[in-house]
Amino acid sequence: MTQTVEQSRPSFFNDPRIRGYAYQALLVAALVALVWTAAYNAYVNMEARGIPMGFGFWDQTAGFDISQKLIPYSSLSTYGQAFWVGLLNTALVGALGVLLATPLGFAIGVARLSPNWILARIAQVYVEIMRNTPLLLQLLFWYNAVLKALPGPRQSITLTSLVFLNNRGLYVPKPVFGPGSQWLALALALGIVGAFAYRLWARRRQALTGAQAPVGIIAAAFCLGLPAIAYFAAGRPVEFDLAQLVGFNLRGGVQVSPELAALAFGLITYTAGFIAEIVRSGVLAVSSGQSEAASALGLRSGLTMKLVVIPQAMRLITPPLTSQYLSLVKNSSLAVFIGYPDLVQVFAGTVLNQTQAAVQVMAITMGVYLVISLAVALALNVTNARHALKER
Amino acid sequence: MTVEPAPGVPLAFDPDSLAIAMIGVHKWYGAFHVLRNINLDVRRGERIVICGPSGSGKSTLIRCINRLEEHQQGSIVVDGVELTADLKRIDTVRRDVGMVFQQFNLFPHLTILENCTLAPIWVKKMPKREAEELAMRLLTRVKIPEQAGKYPGQLSGGQQQRVAIARALCMNPKIMLFDEPTSALDPEMVKEVLDTMTGLAQDGMTMIVVTHEMGFAREIADRVVFMDNGEIVEINAPKEFFENPQHERTKLFLSQILH
Repeated sequence: MTQTVEQSRPSFFNDPRIRGYAYQALLVAALVALVWTAAYNAYVNMEARGIPMGFGFWDQTAGFDISQKLIPYSSLSTYGQAFWVGLLNTALVGALGVLLATPLGFAIGVARLSPNWILARIAQVYVEIMRNTPLLLQLLFWYNAVLKALPGPRQSITLTSLVFLNNRGLYVPKPVFGPGSQWLALALALGIVGAFAYRLWARRRQALTGAQAPVGIIAAAFCLGLPAIAYFAAGRPVEFDLAQLVGFNLRGGVQVSPELAALAFGLITYTAGFIAEIVRSGVLAVSSGQSEAASALGLRSGLTMKLVVIPQAMRLITPPLTSQYLSLVKNSSLAVFIGYPDLVQVFAGTVLNQTQAAVQVMAITMGVYLVISLAVALALNVTNARHALKER
Repeated sequence: MTVEPAPGVPLAFDPDSLAIAMIGVHKWYGAFHVLRNINLDVRRGERIVICGPSGSGKSTLIRCINRLEEHQQGSIVVDGVELTADLKRIDTVRRDVGMVFQQFNLFPHLTILENCTLAPIWVKKMPKREAEELAMRLLTRVKIPEQAGKYPGQLSGGQQQRVAIARALCMNPKIMLFDEPTSALDPEMVKEVLDTMTGLAQDGMTMIVVTHEMGFAREIADRVVFMDNGEIVEINAPKEFFENPQHERTKLFLSQILH
């Protein structure tokens, strides 16, 4: 038997729902007023000073050159093309940073957990130095105190004449793909497919018979072995163009500018310090009871890591790791201080100065970083929801 | 491997009938002497209950039996294999000894069924289907086959502990260790876990149980071991132990625990 009891309604001014709506309406009104005032002010001031209002500058000739470009660009190109050059340079340093900071960070994080006392202390000192000094200072250090202090091309530091390092940058061999190189690409693709097929076969066989296979080693053999065989079978189609000293300078190879080298190196070593802590905390957060239970069941430490600890640690590591990647991309805007032509230096720097279109240029630049960050955050939320532990 | 009796400690049984022999075992955590001269023989099929105040070394003692803890002096022989740093021996002993923990320690990222099949598949190299059939048989034995597809976080404490028992049984152990299996449970769930353990005892499993459940000890144990301050103070049959304790410390403990 349920009985409905009519509750007396609160008076109009004391009703929490009505109060809630009223406060929200006030807040929205205040925000609109603030934004409108700011925009109107900017509009009036810009018009009075003759600053361009639209995006007409996008197709105008830029008239300046950029030292590093991944797409064709010259001083005759437009501001729009300068934007893309800057964006691609940012993307390059971001991709390099993420690709190299991850393995370095994982290695240092694992080293900090190592029972080897010296290794663990070295990793700890690394982490503390990297995390507790300003990134800008570190970038200036690598650029001014290390790379710019290197000898000139004639006294390059070299690693068996393959890699050269001097005050004009880092020179690495440049692969030249001759005829027959397509067989190499094909072999690599086949190797990857073969590795996955082998893994599938090994899993199925284990399910059916219980037999285990060294999947990692054989998959690596597929991915490296097939291209190696193809390389020799196709008559060594790939040659490497090495940098050589000609006169006072090095010619050939791929030249990495000191700016890119300093920025990438600084971002990688700095971010790796944070990734190391994320990895360490992720592994430590998996309770020792988990590995004890696995040991008690007879699993050895390698299998315990693979089957019990890492799957749980990865769940904890992924979200903060992703936010480190975002930080790395955003931190790459410090490029402006060492003269690397990234989006901020090229677009929000030179383009802004020349066109005076500060509001538009800043809005576009911020929009780019915002879109990158939000896209990554969205992808992360989707994967997190999918991998969340099921409770209740 | 032969078991040499430690001086002054006569070996009560023929070594072949022994499941576990601990002779003169000492263990330290740094300067803290956590196990002092432990001598304990467990026959095959015997049920031992270990009790004592907290910090008395009960858990450490049973954790030494499957080498989750290392002992520093004396010898521990489990099913004829003496425990040393040798990984092969540790593997052999762990295959024969199952363990159930106070905090269940189920793997939260795996389903109940996967929790049970993990070790049979990866340690015993059992085909998946065979492992799953085995797991379902044992989940039926602990009366929760219908939960096989769920994750540990979706189960009650009592259900999780029964899964933990089933998971250990999937390795077909000769000896089962229980480390305070009901201490983390809500009161209404204690019985279902104790009933499962009673069933196991009636099937003749060799069991060492660290517990404060004195009713269980009285009913199931062949011998009750009382520990205090890292040493075994008294070992006796349950009736004698509860009705006629020999040592002052045992009397004090029992007066505190039995109201």
